[in-house]
Amino acid sequence: MKKVYGSAKEALDDVLFDGMFIAAGGFGLCGIPELLLQAIKKAGTKDLTFASNNAGVDDFGIGILLQSRQVKKMLSSYVGENAEFMRQYLSGELELEFNPQGTLAERMRAGGCGIPGFYTKTGVGTVIAEGKEVKEFDGQEYILERGIFADLSIVKAWKADDTGNLVFRKTARNFNPPAAMCGKICVAEVEEIVPRGELDPDSIHLPGIYVHRIVQGTHEKRIEQRTTRKREDV
Amino acid sequence: MAGEVKGWDRNQMAARAAEELKDGMYVNLGIGIPTLVANYVGDKDITLQSENGMLGMGPFPYEGDEDPDLINAGKQTITELARTSYFDSATSFGMIRGGKIAAAILGAMEVAENGDLANWMIPGKLVKGMGGAMDLVAGVGKVIVVMDHTNKHGDSKVLKACTLPLTGKGVVDRIITNLGVLDVAPGGLRIVETAEGVTEEKLRAATEATIV
Repeated sequence: MKKVYGSAKEALDDVLFDGMFIAAGGFGLCGIPELLLQAIKKAGTKDLTFASNNAGVDDFGIGILLQSRQVKKMLSSYVGENAEFMRQYLSGELELEFNPQGTLAERMRAGGCGIPGFYTKTGVGTVIAEGKEVKEFDGQEYILERGIFADLSIVKAWKADDTGNLVFRKTARNFNPPAAMCGKICVAEVEEIVPRGELDPDSIHLPGIYVHRIVQGTHEKRIEQRTTRKREDV
Repeated sequence: MAGEVKGWDRNQMAARAAEELKDGMYVNLGIGIPTLVANYVGDKDITLQSENGMLGMGPFPYEGDEDPDLINAGKQTITELARTSYFDSATSFGMIRGGKIAAAILGAMEVAENGDLANWMIPGKLVKGMGGAMDLVAGVGKVIVVMDHTNKHGDSKVLKACTLPLTGKGVVDRIITNLGVLDVAPGGLRIVETAEGVTEEKLRAATEATIV
């Protein structure tokens, strides 16, 4: 079992193909697989569909793949921070499927668990319900949402061991575990790879069975909204 | 037209909304005036959820202590508390969809007398997405809307029927505006109280929705 790769490029080399469907972790710019996204940009893979809560900003995250026109379609819940995204969407160059945030997360989790569809109250009576099966359970209406089965998952974690067990840090966990679960192949980039036995088995956030390849790297970890309070407030 | 009637300001609306929260509640606060509610919970034991994967959200960090791995759903840097727990997005919306979050306090563009809520898009304008709003209003125990009673043209935002695309159908329980507090009830809205200096007559005049 060799899961550790030397670089993001090496880890992605034989898995990328034009038109593929990629599930990506991250919320805003927090916990995004920034190194793997850069490697996809360099590889030049085209017509990509991304399931990702957000689309990054113009020059960071998925935004860098929008600049190079490598993205065909996005499944997201919120894309407000990306001007280039909006330009491409309004001009018809980019397809967009809005998913309520919890529905998107559950679609990934469900796909990873072998569940092709589930019923949810979220979006009943809204545009999200258009074209979807409505079913009544115990007098309440629910809509059918589909599990996501992606060709590739790209995620960011804090620490890994060489068997792929992952530990995330604070709110950088977000979409990473469900995104990791729903792909045929999952590549994780981490800040540190530690020796086997160093991670507490009771504190693994995502078991290595979901993670096929790991790369270690240095992360920029950009902050989107820097909000602080003054020390004098104490 | 409501004319000169102002009623509560933003902070007073937030303080009134904080009265809705009871000891032990797990609560999700939206962006804008709802965020201010946290300043008025006083001694009550309230746990704030941030839907990107955190229970027990703390205040903004001191300058220099910002952590890029610790943000709220508005992407702002925040801090953790002794009670904090972290989890992934599927778990986070599991607790929302599963009704474990007692209440959500959020802003709105329009609310209708049947509890319909519109707060995510205006046709023809730039659409940013619904984020977690549709999941929250469909899932949490109680949906409390905090907003100005009228828009900048003086038109009522409390309507017989929403004109904008819905975030949720029949989901709102209580509306807190600068003019007072209204509950969604059978047949229309019921006045719970009026803001200082606002008469029931003035509240009715500024409201398009049916008041029962």
